[in-house]
Amino acid sequence: MTAVPIISLDHATVAIGGRAVLRDVSFAIAPGEFIGVLGPNGAGKTTLMRSILGLLPPAAGTLRVFGAAPKRGNPAIGYLPQLRTVLPDLRVRGLDYIASSLHGERWGLPSLKAADRHAIEATLDAVGAADLARRPLSDMSGGERQRLLLAQALMGNPKLLLLDEPLISLDARHQEVVIDVVRKIARERGITVLFSAHELNQLLGAIDKVLYLGNGHAALGTVDEVVTAPVLSMLYDTEIEVVRAAGHIFVMSRGRDVERDAHMHDHDHGHGHDHHGHQH
Amino acid sequence: MFQYDFVINAFIAAGMVAVVSGVTGYFLVLRGQTFAGHALSHIGFAGATGAGLIGLSPLAGLVGFTLAAGVIMGLMSERLANRDVAIGVVLSLSLGFGILFLYYYTSFATQATALLFGNVLAVDIAMIKALAALGAATLALLALIMRPLIFATLQPELAEAKGVPLRLISTVFLALVALAVAACAQIVGVLMVFTLMVGPAAAAQRLVNGLWSGLALAAALALAEAWLGITIAYHTDWPVSFCIALLSALVYFAATLRQTARHAA
Repeated sequence: MTAVPIISLDHATVAIGGRAVLRDVSFAIAPGEFIGVLGPNGAGKTTLMRSILGLLPPAAGTLRVFGAAPKRGNPAIGYLPQLRTVLPDLRVRGLDYIASSLHGERWGLPSLKAADRHAIEATLDAVGAADLARRPLSDMSGGERQRLLLAQALMGNPKLLLLDEPLISLDARHQEVVIDVVRKIARERGITVLFSAHELNQLLGAIDKVLYLGNGHAALGTVDEVVTAPVLSMLYDTEIEVVRAAGHIFVMSRGRDVERDAHMHDHDHGHGHDHHGHQH
Repeated sequence: MFQYDFVINAFIAAGMVAVVSGVTGYFLVLRGQTFAGHALSHIGFAGATGAGLIGLSPLAGLVGFTLAAGVIMGLMSERLANRDVAIGVVLSLSLGFGILFLYYYTSFATQATALLFGNVLAVDIAMIKALAALGAATLALLALIMRPLIFATLQPELAEAKGVPLRLISTVFLALVALAVAACAQIVGVLMVFTLMVGPAAAAQRLVNGLWSGLALAAALALAEAWLGITIAYHTDWPVSFCIALLSALVYFAATLRQTARHAA
């Protein structure tokens, strides 16, 4: 393990509007690791990804991506933003949707070269969604849209994938499909993955490590190292019990499943707020 | 009817403006900013009447005010441009100012109707030149920002991450919409810019999925509605703006019905 870490934070503090979302955090992610990013709403999952993308420089400490300061528009990073509550009802074909992101930062008229078209079709094929190229976005199911966005994140053969809540609004079967596709492609291509989610259990078989955020802190390690009562009690800032049963792990606070609570609240309030079922 | 110069002038002016409006409107609809476009035209009314008050040409006032308002809306985009109530308040205030300026400059009142409802049959060569310049500027700006505009419209979060300057794009876009609105208001009037800017573009988006085919169809529908509207007006003696508005509404509802039927099938 002497390779340069893909992402490293050294006593980094990341703040939004004066509020420190991550405080004095240090960890390093090695190449090729599949990391599940977990934690209550408002713990900084999206914020961390935005920092890695170079959109939000740390207020203190250092953050290094591929051994250098993060820079906006890095083509080695594939990004799947968290879906907004309403994706516009667009009658835009899947192919055009992905094409809009290729060199989308350049001035001038849009154009689609044959090579780009083939690359899009090949990537859609790799995520098992070849038919989405011709279909308009407004006719796609939630699962198909997530597959389309995943294909888009994979364009240009990134070395690092930042997937922000790719499972949200999917049913259990589609969640499994998305996890399997990411896992398979990441292994084949040696991609490092940060995969944020509300619930740990679906990810258990796929992830190498878990990065648990909460209360300004971060804990990185294997599931057995991190998902423990002492670590999570610190991250949630309340007494947490970890219950293992039938291959599942339940994170409980005073008899309530905090992940499930957070998930249910998310549908009411959207993300970015601190809604979970315990007192501060 | 083409033996009359005023008819030829009307066809040339309406044709140029229709194509520019259809293409610009396509992006306005795509971005969900149609109400902002509507508001810009009302702000232009205050500009045009205010310009008359201080002895400038109404077109100069119209262009100046819509352009300034478009830039301000773009710069404040997160806070203002997508807030219907704030835009509505500014819109009414602008119409109010327009009425105040008319009150102090009563001899201008005859032109007020033309500003509000359009007067394409009174277009002269000088106006055609002005409209050509406005249209060319609008299309040139659009061609410059089209690629990042589409990216920022479809996927703002990803575009930001990839280094697209969202606020700059949004500001340049609303500035070019302002130019198109000023041109469009000369044909159908400030109250009815929706007929050429939004109706054809919205219909086109319901009929085809591709970007270029959508743009082409929006421009073609706007052009057909404008020219057919003038033709109907010539033969019936109804107001041109009414005829264009009627065609625009008919095409829009027909496209919506077709889409609904296709979904039900």
